Amino acid sequence: MEGALYAGLEFFAGYPITPSTEIAEHLSRRLPERGGKFIQMEDEIASMCAIIGASLTGHKVLTATSGPGFSLKQEALGYAIMAEIPCVIVNVQRGGPSTGIPTHIAQGDVNQARWGTHGDHAIIALTASNHQDVFAMTVEAFNMAETFRTPVILLFDEVVGHMRERLLLPEPGQIPLVDRLKTSVREGVDYHPYLPREDGRLPMADFGGVHRYNVTGLYHDMWGFPSDNPKVVHGLIRHLVDKIENHVEQITRYKSFYLDDARTVLVSYGAAARTALHVVEGQRKRGQKYGLLELQTLWPFPAEVVADTCAGAERVVVVEMNMGQVCREVQRVVNDPGKVFLANRIDGVLVTPTDIRQTLRLIAGQGV
Amino acid sequence: MAVKDYLRERFFPHMWCPGCGHGTVLNGLIRAVEKLGMSKNEIVMVSGIGCSSRISGYVDFHTLHTLHGRALAFATGIKLSKPELNVIVPMGDGDALAIGGNHFIHAARRNIAMTALVMNNRIYGMTGGQYSPLSGYGTVATTAPFSNIDQGFDVVKLASAAGATFVARTTVYHVHEVSDLIQQAVLHDGFSVVEVLSQCPTYFGRHNRLGGPVEMLQWFKDQTTRIGSKAAAENPELIQRGIFVQEDRPEYCTEYDKVIDKAMAAVKG
Repeated sequence: MEGALYAGLEFFAGYPITPSTEIAEHLSRRLPERGGKFIQMEDEIASMCAIIGASLTGHKVLTATSGPGFSLKQEALGYAIMAEIPCVIVNVQRGGPSTGIPTHIAQGDVNQARWGTHGDHAIIALTASNHQDVFAMTVEAFNMAETFRTPVILLFDEVVGHMRERLLLPEPGQIPLVDRLKTSVREGVDYHPYLPREDGRLPMADFGGVHRYNVTGLYHDMWGFPSDNPKVVHGLIRHLVDKIENHVEQITRYKSFYLDDARTVLVSYGAAARTALHVVEGQRKRGQKYGLLELQTLWPFPAEVVADTCAGAERVVVVEMNMGQVCREVQRVVNDPGKVFLANRIDGVLVTPTDIRQTLRLIAGQGV
Repeated sequence: MAVKDYLRERFFPHMWCPGCGHGTVLNGLIRAVEKLGMSKNEIVMVSGIGCSSRISGYVDFHTLHTLHGRALAFATGIKLSKPELNVIVPMGDGDALAIGGNHFIHAARRNIAMTALVMNNRIYGMTGGQYSPLSGYGTVATTAPFSNIDQGFDVVKLASAAGATFVARTTVYHVHEVSDLIQQAVLHDGFSVVEVLSQCPTYFGRHNRLGGPVEMLQWFKDQTTRIGSKAAAENPELIQRGIFVQEDRPEYCTEYDKVIDKAMAAVKG
């Protein structure tokens, strides 16, 4: 929340849902204090739609939800992808499917963040394991949303969402903020809202300004007008995917712990990474060469970083709170998928060091 | 400004069928805006999905063609974030009141200043003639081949009960009323609803044996009357046209400004 305000949040629309309601409560007070707007909409779908509308008038916007609400937002999320409207969506994950287990931890929405909305597309999803990083990743999310003109998903989890922890607020200006790239086309001159510059970026014009244009969720030409011309359709889908997939390096955020000489690499993210780090530090004290790669960018998947980090490792253990959603990605990108194992927990309880150590013993053939 | 100055000629011809009533709504809408003398830059048109929703592409305002049923939710974000804009939301009957029913009643309840234009042709036209919540009992549609058993909504009653502070109805036969009512609705400081009965000869007319566009327009002339007219008293079956609700209640964005004042005062202590 504080990260969003630091990044320049001006508009929030939401709907009550555990475990993300605290964000709405907090912003209903904090936003009007600075002249921003908060609205509690009639449902999750409406909240997502409302922030897209508010973004079009030139504002930095946010909504927050959890699993069931995230499911409901998927259609409008796809709209924001197609119409290239910057916005940030927080999903404080809980156990699913369905109503699931609202007040307990899970990391089961990783693939939903990637493929939840229909049709081919690219997406940016970030996560964090502690409040300082939540702050930093939230600022990054707003920056990336504006840079790439796309929705960015912040995939947090219930433990990080509900715990209390120290947070040092950076001074204004300490973290660079990205403002929206506005068109320099003058009034009276044709403005092509969907004609990308050479670098792939699309300068935007605010609704209410001097350039009037059409925005649609249909495939559209450079005027924003619906088109089913195969060249237009192909060009747009390539643009939507390439603008993100061609900038994986720029979007990738991660943290390395003891990786230089690690023979066993743990790959983890979110609250699970805290447990993983505890295990790694314990093993290091025993002289074992363990390291941790903590992913903060989940999508686009940082294939190169993961492949390079794991290249020299004898074994890779992915620690996560689902049935292996990131594990499969790691297996896909490493040189030897056979050395990748999963240490997970899927019962609503945060994965413990014992859980991980049991998996490590199994891998080593030492039994449970 | 001439009427054609409000159109995006580049995007014509339009995609409506010959004989469709929606072009008449577009005509009435543009004439209303022309009479109001508003700058095109201060008008935002937000539409959903369906035949009616394509209207937003043809006008030279800020236009947002959104998702099926969600136009009012997008519009709420636009209006609250920039209240100085005039927001007009044309929707079809299925768009506004089936998939978008929840947004419709809640936008009305909030009394947020925008104009919902329900272009009611009693059918899902774009998908080929399925029954809508306004088709009415006993009508025929491609999904009601044995006659529709769904009861219809009354848009005027629904909007009034939900809290809309301006509610009106007319038909595309009464083209001057279309323009006049939209004009008054846009000027209204609150949530306004204008229901315009529009003909779909391609599906509703054909399936229900109502003849072509001329016969359907004749039906609008014969089967409707002004509120409080002698004809209405004599024949309660007639559909009434005119302004049903016009009242002042606190408008949402104005109220939110007060919230900001309170919040800022609290911070200053």
